[in-house]
Amino acid sequence: MSLLFFIVRRLALLVPTLVGVSVIGFLLTYLLPGNPALVKAGPMATPQYVAEMKHRMGLDQPLYVQYARYVTGLVHGDLGESSSTGRPVLTDFIQRLPATLELTVASLLLAVLLGVPMGVLSAVHRDTIIDHFGRVFSVAGVAMPSFWTGLILIYVFFYLLGIAPAPLGRLGPAISPPVPITGLYTVDSLISGNWHAFESSLAHLALPSLTLAISVMAPLARMVRAGMLEILETDYIKAAWAFGLPRRRVIYGDALRNLVVPVVTALGVVFGFLMAGNAVVESVFGWPGIGNYAVKALTLKDSGPIQSFVLFVALMCILVNLLVDLVYSVVDPRIRIG
Amino acid sequence: MTTEIAGAVYADSRAAPETAFVSFRRRLLRNKLSFVAICAIVLLVVIAVLAPLIAPFDPNEPDANAVLQRPSWAHVLGTDDYGRDELSRIIIASRVDLLVPFVSTLLALLIGSLIGSLSGFRGGWVDQIVMRIVDAVMAFPAFVLAMGLTAAIGSSITNLILVIAVTQVPVYLRQLRAEMLREREMEYARAAQTIGNPTWRIVFIHLFPNCFPPLIVQATLAMGFALLTFAALSYIGLGIQPPNSEWGEMISEGASLMVTGQWWLSLFPGIAILVTVLIFNLVGDGLRDLLDPRMRSQ
Repeated sequence: MSLLFFIVRRLALLVPTLVGVSVIGFLLTYLLPGNPALVKAGPMATPQYVAEMKHRMGLDQPLYVQYARYVTGLVHGDLGESSSTGRPVLTDFIQRLPATLELTVASLLLAVLLGVPMGVLSAVHRDTIIDHFGRVFSVAGVAMPSFWTGLILIYVFFYLLGIAPAPLGRLGPAISPPVPITGLYTVDSLISGNWHAFESSLAHLALPSLTLAISVMAPLARMVRAGMLEILETDYIKAAWAFGLPRRRVIYGDALRNLVVPVVTALGVVFGFLMAGNAVVESVFGWPGIGNYAVKALTLKDSGPIQSFVLFVALMCILVNLLVDLVYSVVDPRIRIG
Repeated sequence: MTTEIAGAVYADSRAAPETAFVSFRRRLLRNKLSFVAICAIVLLVVIAVLAPLIAPFDPNEPDANAVLQRPSWAHVLGTDDYGRDELSRIIIASRVDLLVPFVSTLLALLIGSLIGSLSGFRGGWVDQIVMRIVDAVMAFPAFVLAMGLTAAIGSSITNLILVIAVTQVPVYLRQLRAEMLREREMEYARAAQTIGNPTWRIVFIHLFPNCFPPLIVQATLAMGFALLTFAALSYIGLGIQPPNSEWGEMISEGASLMVTGQWWLSLFPGIAILVTVLIFNLVGDGLRDLLDPRMRSQ
């Protein structure tokens, strides 16, 4: 099967999933409390005005018509309005997205830098003290609620040691944000040479990204370990041993190269955990991202941000899984046959 | 004795495959751990059932003379900003924190295996539709979907159980469907069909028992995950509402006091969650070793 055909087929498989996801998203908007017509009409509106608003917004139409309008709106980037900020959800989202992106990328990097070597070492030194330590960590790591880990880190590094800044956002109170280029404060301040802002943004990023990284490192290390063990059992590695190639070359040359596929798989799985953890961890650290925005909307009974966040996260996960499959098909041509 | 000698002989050659002795020792160690974990579950259930008798104080009774006290002999785990005893609140909360994960997992297991086995056995367009729905639900990370659904239908205990169950159904459904697809091609399944058994009988009496063991392992592991989801929902204000206590809700109440140094309010409920999830996972791993020898090496 050619690469092109594989990609086309993979994209076609996306259609039913997207339809399903949009139906679930629509049901959420339909079920969430807070009658949008009532919200739009304002608290002083007469029942007649509310009814008229309902009619104008199409809320008196049959369900399938409402669904069609909902999907048309989505395609045009209409995520509804937020009753608490009084702005379109999309505008609020775009403003908060860089913060979430920065946190997600930082924690993913941290998790990969710590989790992958841990999994590899565990597999290479199987049943030794290194492996036992790794296993204890991964068993405990998946059992820790991420919001709790975050609070413990805050207590230790902010209250006790005083080396972390207060868990309130992305920058210190007296520091103005760097010139927006990418929206990621650490990158922007680095590009513009604003060392003050760079230092502050990095310090603020440290604890939340570590919290998220800890929560996904355990499953990551576990999957990498299993993948590495499988590779070490293959014939070509056995052949390499039999040829008497040096240990370092066999493990860190031959075996590690084939670890790309299990690591990419693991990253796809872990990304979902990361997106779910975002909502909670952002609210622990007052991080001004979309997760925090959605959690704040919960207490205000503001349905727009909640349903948009749920939908957005699902779309991100679908996109990442698509990317994972595409990377597969390039790295490992055998998969295209399956 | 002989196994021990064999073990000693191979012990120093690293490249040798795992010997019977090493494997036995490892399994024994793991099973010992799972045995301890099973005892711990029983203990947890006993604590939950007898909670009002065990709790040293009334968990919801404020005490103006004992506000924000550090752990001491009088209040072993300290008191919160209303002077309520932390230990008593954690003990009382064990009821809801065991009940919700258990019932929601059971519900998900029931629904998932019912739909999954029929869908897998029948195949065809029904199966296709079911699988597309499953794909759509699985596109959402479990916690995020649970958050949206709870916000939509409200956070009573029944709703929380339902929501957590819904996010778990696809896992069992997929697994059972896969087992069914394999199982229905077996000779005994064909034989049962040939002598004219009705479909429900083949599916639930003949095939289902053979598909079930891996599902139990999955369910035990999922119980821990369900508790984490439940606690996180309560943490962001969607689950159990104060003054009723729940571990995630207790962590949330203590969160703002963490920056002023009152560490005990969030620390102990978190440890309760950690230990409970750990126990479920250990039992799950132990069951996997016992029921599914294929997974043993992992």
